Amino acid sequence: MPGISREEVAHLARLARLELKAEELDHFAAQLDDIIGAVATVSDVAAEDVPPTSHPLPLTNVMRPDEVRPSLTPEQALSGAPAQEQQRFKVPQILGED
Amino acid sequence: MTVTELVPYEDALATYDPVMGLEVHVELGTATKMFCGCSTTLGQGANSQTCPTCLGLPGALPVVNAVGVESAIRIGLALNCEIAEWCRFARKNYFYPDMPKNFQTSQYDEPIAFGGHLDVQLEDGEIFRVEIERAHMEEDTGKSTHIGGATGRIHGASHSLLDYNRAGIPLIEIVTKPIEGAGERAPEVAKAYVAELRELIKALGVSEARMEMGQMRCDVNLSLRPKGRKAFGTRSETKNVNSLRSVERAARFEVQRHAAVLDAGETIIQETRHFHEENGTTTSGRVKEEAEDYRYFPEPDLVPVAPSREWVEELRATLPELPRLRRNRLREEWGISQHEMQSVLNAGAVDLIVATVEAGAPADQARKWWMGELARRANESGTDLAELPIGPEEVARVCALVEEGSLNDKLARQTIEGVLDGEGSPDDVVEKRGLKVVSDEGALGTAVDEAIAGNAAIAEKIRGGKVQAAGALVGAVMKATRGQADAARVRELILEKLGVEG
Repeated sequence: MPGISREEVAHLARLARLELKAEELDHFAAQLDDIIGAVATVSDVAAEDVPPTSHPLPLTNVMRPDEVRPSLTPEQALSGAPAQEQQRFKVPQILGED
Repeated sequence: MTVTELVPYEDALATYDPVMGLEVHVELGTATKMFCGCSTTLGQGANSQTCPTCLGLPGALPVVNAVGVESAIRIGLALNCEIAEWCRFARKNYFYPDMPKNFQTSQYDEPIAFGGHLDVQLEDGEIFRVEIERAHMEEDTGKSTHIGGATGRIHGASHSLLDYNRAGIPLIEIVTKPIEGAGERAPEVAKAYVAELRELIKALGVSEARMEMGQMRCDVNLSLRPKGRKAFGTRSETKNVNSLRSVERAARFEVQRHAAVLDAGETIIQETRHFHEENGTTTSGRVKEEAEDYRYFPEPDLVPVAPSREWVEELRATLPELPRLRRNRLREEWGISQHEMQSVLNAGAVDLIVATVEAGAPADQARKWWMGELARRANESGTDLAELPIGPEEVARVCALVEEGSLNDKLARQTIEGVLDGEGSPDDVVEKRGLKVVSDEGALGTAVDEAIAGNAAIAEKIRGGKVQAAGALVGAVMKATRGQADAARVRELILEKLGVEG
């Protein structure tokens, strides 16, 4: 029976950089477990002859020619940046002092 | 538990058997990025080659670059891989500012190429087969500049600046199977493999593969196991080793370091390590506390790639002669030793010599100039041979002038000097500097007579049958004509005048 534990939800939250309180973890773990359980019922009808699907459309090989298209200007590219410096995106410290 | 005392390399190899895994990233030379039409031209203003797709803006949709896929297939075929009949891209999720999307579009369990091999030739001619696990398509990351720390390092930086021009440039990652059985030659095999792969990539024309420009980057994974044991030891992953020499040094250093740790009864920590070009050492980077959790899942915005077998065969037909086979063929055609060929390779002169021969020069002459005078000049000015202001056509023309007797060796040298100094074509230089061989028999005859008169004792020896002594008189004539005589003809004249048979 598929399911998700509270520990797994805490791990995923950390990977997704979400800060969850203890009661939120309980809350979401239960909810996610229900959701996964519900989705798992698909397996009841999908027999061996139905391959897992990642794309709903029967398309393959959609490609474009290697031709340059206009880019944004640096001003446009940076227009949504909370901070910038030297025409670059400015981001907070990546590693601490250690 | 920092081990500072390395174990001597030979001692390490007496106890342990190294196992390596090499991961090479090749930046393709496409005009546009892998999933959008932004230009890939290097050296442009920061963030001038970005768009909603490579910036990861909401709603933007990627579309695969056809040449990127084609290049991946050709690399796979050249590495004797199978090409997937159907494969997908996957999202590799991680939070790091070098990727604005917070994931890298890559391939996970369905690489486009898998299960191949590359035969590499070591310096003594031995062939070592490196098995290829897979080659897959992905994209490069943006470039970070760290501010406020010492010498641009990430440690101690107050903040960082990101340029996303490079984010999205197509990369092919080529991963070997564990390389076993190389023994003490492991570092040499690692270097030879990366060198061969670079030649192959260049021959395919899919990238210039210039390691110093970051167009090809190598991660060296290495572990030791006690001799005779089958199970692998714990490996270290030395990242971004970016020259052939460094690949060899990094492997060698890690062998010695691992041996020191193991000899001390300690255990190797699985970690990434940084290689330091300046002293050939590695230092600890990030410790892998837990298996990385990238939560790969199929990229929903890109449809599967399913190369038809017809397309694959069409691409197979475009493969060039393998570099190793081409080198061996040229070596035989030129009639030179393995060692001499290695020098030609190291000098980056193979293609120049080939082009000079194609322009009509004899192979030995072409090689003589490129590996002699021109290599010296390139060395002096610290440039590549190919960047010298003289090309194969011009070198071939000089060879032709020597062949027809218009120039002797010394004059040819001066002619080449003139071309290098920007005085025009070889013929221009000969004309302007007045470098033609003196072929006026009258003038030569006079010079020869004078030389004989001025060196009576030597002339007497020659008359007495000591033909070798003629060299001194040839020298005198060459000096008198300021080097502009045909030495062979001068020698003939001297012997003729002294009544001796050459």
